[in-house]
Amino acid sequence: MTNVTVTVNGTSRSAEVEARTLLVEFLRNKLNLTGTHVGCDTSQCGACTVHLNGKPVKSCTMLAVQADGQNVTTIEGVAPGSDLHPMQAAFKECHGLQCGFCTPGMVMSALGIIARHQGRALDEKTVRQELEGNLCRCTGYQGIVNAVLLGAKNMGVKVA
Amino acid sequence: MYDFQYAKLTSVADTVTRRTSDDEASYLAGGMTLIPTLKQRLARPSALLDLSGIADLKGISVANGVLTIGAMTCHADVAASADVRAHIPALASLAVSIGDPQVRNRGTIGGSIANNDPSADYPAAVVGLNATVHTNARAIAADDFFKGLFETALTPGELIVKISFPIPKRAAYAKFPNPASRYAVVGVMVAETLNGIRVAVTGAGACAFRVGDMEAALAKSFSADAIKSIAVPADDLNTDMHATAEYRAHLVGVMARRAVASLAG
Ligand SMILES: Cc1cc2nc3c(=O)[nH]c(=O)nc-3n(C[C@H](O)[C@H](O)[C@H](O)COP(=O)(O)OP(=O)(O)OC[C@H]3O[C@@H](n4cnc5c(N)ncnc54)[C@H](O)[C@@H]3O)c2cc1C
Ligand code: FES
Ligand code: FES
Repeated sequence: MTNVTVTVNGTSRSAEVEARTLLVEFLRNKLNLTGTHVGCDTSQCGACTVHLNGKPVKSCTMLAVQADGQNVTTIEGVAPGSDLHPMQAAFKECHGLQCGFCTPGMVMSALGIIARHQGRALDEKTVRQELEGNLCRCTGYQGIVNAVLLGAKNMGVKVA
Repeated sequence: MYDFQYAKLTSVADTVTRRTSDDEASYLAGGMTLIPTLKQRLARPSALLDLSGIADLKGISVANGVLTIGAMTCHADVAASADVRAHIPALASLAVSIGDPQVRNRGTIGGSIANNDPSADYPAAVVGLNATVHTNARAIAADDFFKGLFETALTPGELIVKISFPIPKRAAYAKFPNPASRYAVVGVMVAETLNGIRVAVTGAGACAFRVGDMEAALAKSFSADAIKSIAVPADDLNTDMHATAEYRAHLVGVMARRAVASLAG
């Protein structure tokens, strides 16, 4: 067992883990942060997406030990308490979810898109392309794409 | 996943020494191939030696007409690099076509070429741009690096440190992606280098290969028409659930012509 310390949503969290413990297992089982989902466990679906030092990664395809000493943001950390982040509010507004299983990953990927487009206009084609790492089996994606564009607009990103 | 030991060392020398003392240990780069492999219990390394703490494996630089990329540089950083976009835009657009944003934030150029998946994108760039692979021990020319299916010239424990790409006069990469994984069903890099034209194909065969007939034809006349009648034999190409060998052979021609057409004109 190894001790890992990760700054999760701004707070330093430590736990004893095996080398093979995945980051998503550390988050869900050790820290009880169950907002990060496991949809496929084969690196395809993106339901497990979190931010590592501000960038979206698949937490099912990373070891907890690889995150030692780094910053992780999960869906629980995007807005304080029961407030909704503007991107979460946009998903609610645009019917960007049905069962909601893919949603935490979709929101984390959407926030990655926003971060990469600061100062540049965002269009629908780019949103579709950059959501390639996230699968949804309910919505047919249109509501999700609309939500990302609305969320972007409400966060001050120019939408083409 | 079987359990294993984990170590993150900070120098190339220490990491190679540790690997040499343990036959069953494995290097860990972005983990985008290795971790899924471990989950499926297709490998059972005694230890993973994480390369992410080694400063010498990072970074992108340009000097004397050569663009050099550290082995641990992730695909997203290659795609976003101002140096890569200015000097070899085809390499930046290849990098941004790999997988999805999350994969590009973790997967590395060193891991991609060490793994040598027949459908990986980077091998087409390494061969097409006549790059050199620098390891802890030696420099390996692109034409000598890729040996077969998942097989490279690397000896056990040999560590890729960086890859250097001579800046071409012009180059373009055209790819027919698998719509689910984005891996190349076929990808073709066409480059006019200082030492002539190179055409390198990935996705179609056991590993990246050059098409000499197309290179000769393009040297005479750099146009899509010049290679219209050149067919690549399907005999040694891959057939799988995504495409037959004949279809891949056809796509080699189409992708090569697209790459040339995007440059000619
Ligand atoms: C969903 C998904 C989609 C993908 N789509 C594409 C795609 O469209 N195109 C594409 O090309 N690839 C694709 N990939 C693969 C991706 O590009 C990986 O980054 C790449 O295959 C492996 O790089 P890595 O850094 O993750 O290496 P790892 O998985 O960490 O390592 C792979 C192998 O290389 C060895 N290794 C790593 N670094 C070194 C080094 N410096 N020296 C010696 N040996 C080393 C390791 O020991 C291991 O055996 C995809 C992967 C996923 C999960
Ligand atoms: S659970 Fe990680 S990609 Fe599906
Ligand atoms: S809302 Fe059900 S998977 Fe996306």
